Amino acid sequence: MAVSQPSKSRDLDRLLLRPGHLAGPNFEPGQELREDIKEYVKVLVVGAGGLGCELLKDLALTGFRNLDVIDMDRIEVTNLNRQFLFRLEDVGKPKAEVAAKRVMERVNGVNITPHFCRIEDKPLDFYSDFSIIVLGLDSIEARSYINEVACGFLEYESDDNPLEETVKPMVDGGTEGFKGHARIIIPGTTPCFECTIWLFPSQVKFPLCTLAETPRNAAHCIEYAHLIKWNEVHGRKSFDPDNSEDMQWVYSEAVQRAELFGIPGVTYSLTQGVVKNIIPAIASTNAIISAACALETLKIVSGCSKSLSNYLTYNGVEGLHIKVTEFVKDADCLVCGPGVLIELEKSVTLKKFINQLEDHPCLLLTRVSVSYRGEKLYMQAPPELEKETRSNLDIPLFDLMNGVSRDIINVNGMAGKGDKKQSCMRKLRIAFKGVDGVADIDMAGGA
Amino acid sequence: MAEPKTKYDRQLRIWGEQGQEALEKSSICLLNCGPTGSETLKNLVLGGVGSITVVDGSKVELGDLGNNYMVDESSVGQSKAKTVCAFLQELNDAVKAKFIEEYPVKLIESNPSFFSQFTLVVATQLVESSMVKLDRICREANVLLIFARSYGLTGFVRISVKEHAVIESKPDHFLDDLRLNNPWPELRRYAESIDLDTADPVAHKHIPYVIILIKMTEEWAKTHSGKLPSTREEKRVFKDLIKAKKIAPDEDNYKEAMEASFKVFTPQGINPSLQQIINDACAEVNSNSSDFWVMVAALKEFIANEGGGEAPLEGAIPDMTSSTELYVSLQKIYQAKAEADFLVMEKLVKKILKKLGRDPESISKATIKSFCKNARKLKVCRYRKIEEEFSSPVQLEIQKYLTDEDYCTPNSWYSVAVGFYILLRAVDRFAANYNSFPGQFDGEMDEEISRLKIAVVSLLNDLGCNGSTLTEDLINEMCRYGAAELHSVAAFVGGIASQEVIKLITRQFVPMSGTFIFNGVDHKSQLLLL
Ligand SMILES: [Zn+2]
Repeated sequence: MAVSQPSKSRDLDRLLLRPGHLAGPNFEPGQELREDIKEYVKVLVVGAGGLGCELLKDLALTGFRNLDVIDMDRIEVTNLNRQFLFRLEDVGKPKAEVAAKRVMERVNGVNITPHFCRIEDKPLDFYSDFSIIVLGLDSIEARSYINEVACGFLEYESDDNPLEETVKPMVDGGTEGFKGHARIIIPGTTPCFECTIWLFPSQVKFPLCTLAETPRNAAHCIEYAHLIKWNEVHGRKSFDPDNSEDMQWVYSEAVQRAELFGIPGVTYSLTQGVVKNIIPAIASTNAIISAACALETLKIVSGCSKSLSNYLTYNGVEGLHIKVTEFVKDADCLVCGPGVLIELEKSVTLKKFINQLEDHPCLLLTRVSVSYRGEKLYMQAPPELEKETRSNLDIPLFDLMNGVSRDIINVNGMAGKGDKKQSCMRKLRIAFKGVDGVADIDMAGGA
Repeated sequence: MAEPKTKYDRQLRIWGEQGQEALEKSSICLLNCGPTGSETLKNLVLGGVGSITVVDGSKVELGDLGNNYMVDESSVGQSKAKTVCAFLQELNDAVKAKFIEEYPVKLIESNPSFFSQFTLVVATQLVESSMVKLDRICREANVLLIFARSYGLTGFVRISVKEHAVIESKPDHFLDDLRLNNPWPELRRYAESIDLDTADPVAHKHIPYVIILIKMTEEWAKTHSGKLPSTREEKRVFKDLIKAKKIAPDEDNYKEAMEASFKVFTPQGINPSLQQIINDACAEVNSNSSDFWVMVAALKEFIANEGGGEAPLEGAIPDMTSSTELYVSLQKIYQAKAEADFLVMEKLVKKILKKLGRDPESISKATIKSFCKNARKLKVCRYRKIEEEFSSPVQLEIQKYLTDEDYCTPNSWYSVAVGFYILLRAVDRFAANYNSFPGQFDGEMDEEISRLKIAVVSLLNDLGCNGSTLTEDLINEMCRYGAAELHSVAAFVGGIASQEVIKLITRQFVPMSGTFIFNGVDHKSQLLLL
């Protein structure tokens, strides 16, 4: 029997160099595959927290060489029980930068570029550069945003099948205490984050009248101090959850209120928990979920095994429960679907078009910015860009779109009504009435 | 500096000071520090276990750099145990980290008493014969034991402990202990003092649903010869009666009462799981019984006598729409009853301890209190000896999965996880014969496949599953893995193992039962009760 030469990829090679019968349809085992993953695959890790630290390690030891990590947070003491790339002396430093440095020091040959900023601060083409995006986040809003960005790249062929080269796969993980999930999102094929948004119920808030009139437990007293009393006393000075004096003030107010009503249980730790909405977190759950995400990332990229289809839940509270659920895509999803079809006269100006979106029953979009194939047609902000693009408002959209009969444009703005408004991106299919011939919308994209 | 506590804040919110204290007192031994073992230990060191001892006799090889984060270029050729130990120490200086440069298999053979110094042993990447021996040693010495193994895209985790009793099982969802259909005198009198038909609309919408339901239930019983609503129709009528009491659309308390009406319909008395525990042979205590079983014996007496068929009251009530005054006084009534039940239990515990010739004060008040509070949620986990599982697994369980259509995939007519279970055992037989795992080296793959197939068939025969076999695809796949330890699989398997270790040591939450088989192909992993 031939004895293998010692190699760093000893174990991974078995999976990548040998043929398998339970592999994906595109699997082409061999050294070339391994080298391609090293050379050409770029992975973006969103978040350098509990999941992010694990993900960077896992991906670096799963054959990936080109990684980027984006996170706007700085290291805190309470991170140290699970974010194993950080030490006490790192407290206060940007997570992304320290995490990238630590993994590069340890794993030779891996290259990690940190981005210490908000995910919204990056232009869209930053995201388009990656082969795959892996999410290690704890916020629904941030997941929604990345999902919209990734699905925004998706284009459909005329037969409503997704155009392969526009598909930007995502792998998403999330944990809370002893529970977590890992899922894969192949836009246009598997459900996107928005398709199954109901999986993430919005958290319940206490009604203000309960806080003001009939407090019953410690959390009510804390939220009274935090949401009502603070404003009464401090007026405009806003509460800073990271300022320990502010927290101490809320705590002592809450204690007083609790004494007044005979309510037990207000502690400083609970005050922090309620006010900051702290989600308990431990190393082991993050390790489990990140490992599943890293493994699925490798599978999507290489086809070396069947993929998860498509949602994994882990629950370790009572025994061990691991379940795979195959969710289905929402064909009418505004984010990953082919896009809302809007038919327009050739004469409709950009301004008129923007106004129409506000009344469109599916969209209800205000403060709209418009771009077409990467070109900014109109931007609400920043002011310089607004000024620069303002002159386009009176030009017919048909002309701004270079006279094509139909194509996709991307808009973003605020969706929803009243205080439920939130910023979002939408892909719209525009078709101009009375223009001859069905121009191939995909050719325009492929150019 | 408040650093040590602040550092653990996010986990203290899960297992509290007591859980943390248990972790900090524990000493953990790791056998083999490849990625599976290293990752398991990493999660435990971060959480702040007391001490770790890493046992591994091998030296760091180039190949280890590709799957183990805890070794690096500079450590090639050096002791793996030493290298991994140094890295782990860096993660948390509160942990005492030691290493022993020795092969675990040798240690198991030559120095079985070595293991008795530990709280828990994490044994990774061991083959069958060593697992059986180590299991015997640890059971004898009362040391907690957990096995973990990664192998290609599969692997397993298995706890092996004679018995693990949990007081604080902390389930996510559990029925509140409100006694709506069986109120004790104080609660009944309190409910009687409140007028559901008050003319004051503000008072009307602030009556807690607990009071509404107690009164409505009593009223129902009066007109239904003492019975509770039981049929679907009766339950509907009962809810309609609640609805009829509502005088304004914004009365959340009545909405809550309707939603909570199922709590009235649940039968009085203890749940089947608790029934099983008090019927357990261990509840007949003797001088060697553990504190847990002494308290169960007391509980059994309590239920039969003072409790009137019920366990001690938990004492907590959920939040509900109510005026502050009513809510706080209701809470006090529940707390007072819980305290009274506790005092009875305390007496019973002392009596039993005395009878057994033990110090009647030897179980602390706090422990008895916690036991009372969690009496309805007690859990007892028992694990078969590894030897028993290996030599006489529950055949029905294997047969079930080998033929179960629920686990079928287009490529196989049985659960892939069970296929992996068989294969994980077959590769050890293979290795015992040929001194290497199938596909461990390149070349002659076909021969390896047919040899593994023979091992599978003979194993299935030994397990009494004559005639069953596994698909060629799965056998090929196992040979393809060639005993590779992939980092992400190791991190997953190690993550599961560390999670279970935490549950075992803190004695909180419920550890998994059975053998966990990781299926990294489509993630349809399974727990097998063998
Ligand atoms: Zn969607």
